[in-house]
Amino acid sequence: MIPLSWLLFFAAALFCIGLYGVLARKNAIAILMGIELMLNAVNVNLVAFWRYRTPEIMAGQVFAVIVFAVAAAEVAVGLALFISVYRRRKTIAADEIDMMKW
Amino acid sequence: MTPLQIIFILVAAMTLGAGLMVVTARNLVHSALWLILALFGVAIVYVLLQAGFLAVVQVVIYIGAIAILMIFAIMLTRNIATESGPRFSENWSWALVIALVLFGTLAWMLSGWEGIAAQAPAISPRFDTVRELGLALVSPDGFVLAFEVASVLLLAALIGALVIAWDRR
Repeated sequence: MIPLSWLLFFAAALFCIGLYGVLARKNAIAILMGIELMLNAVNVNLVAFWRYRTPEIMAGQVFAVIVFAVAAAEVAVGLALFISVYRRRKTIAADEIDMMKW
Repeated sequence: MTPLQIIFILVAAMTLGAGLMVVTARNLVHSALWLILALFGVAIVYVLLQAGFLAVVQVVIYIGAIAILMIFAIMLTRNIATESGPRFSENWSWALVIALVLFGTLAWMLSGWEGIAAQAPAISPRFDTVRELGLALVSPDGFVLAFEVASVLLLAALIGALVIAWDRR
């Protein structure tokens, strides 16, 4: 059996890679990809804890399913926003989208 | 080492490498393709954890819908996939520091936690996890409220995405 620690370190590393993408990338779609990596890392943690601690209670898997739904909603709204911004400004670089800055 | 552990190490290395390529690739389409590989690696991890239903959902929703939606968005916003400018913002070194510090802190906290050596209890063959998950999602003593809230959220996101992306001209 895989030790629980391997899974947790794997998820932590994946989360930090996603965090780096979110903080460092310029392109807004690349930032969304970083968020996807972070959500996946969280899901790996949830499923790992479900399997290793309470496999008879399905709460961990239910939580992962809810995260799936939230991720789908977030991507749909986020990409719609970027397409709308691109239509007006011809760019989706995160540092050039400053219409809401006063 | 058991074969399962070797498979996990290979899959984890593939997923982390693909994740690194996602955040560093210059071409955005390549980023999206590496993202598909990383998501597939996570699906394999779900299989190793005996969460087969989640692995299928991962492939169908993440790879089949989210990654393809991202590729569509990249193609709809022309000229951004191969931008010549820098792909990182100017304070990327701070981002690197924050990510490394967070990983170090997480690793330190995890290694000091006594539950990390937990052994996975065996799942009896009569315990059907997919059936139990379905029951938990719709039973009133389970998570039916969260399930319904998630469906309302998806409907709101559907309408919101339509309204935002509508071309009013």
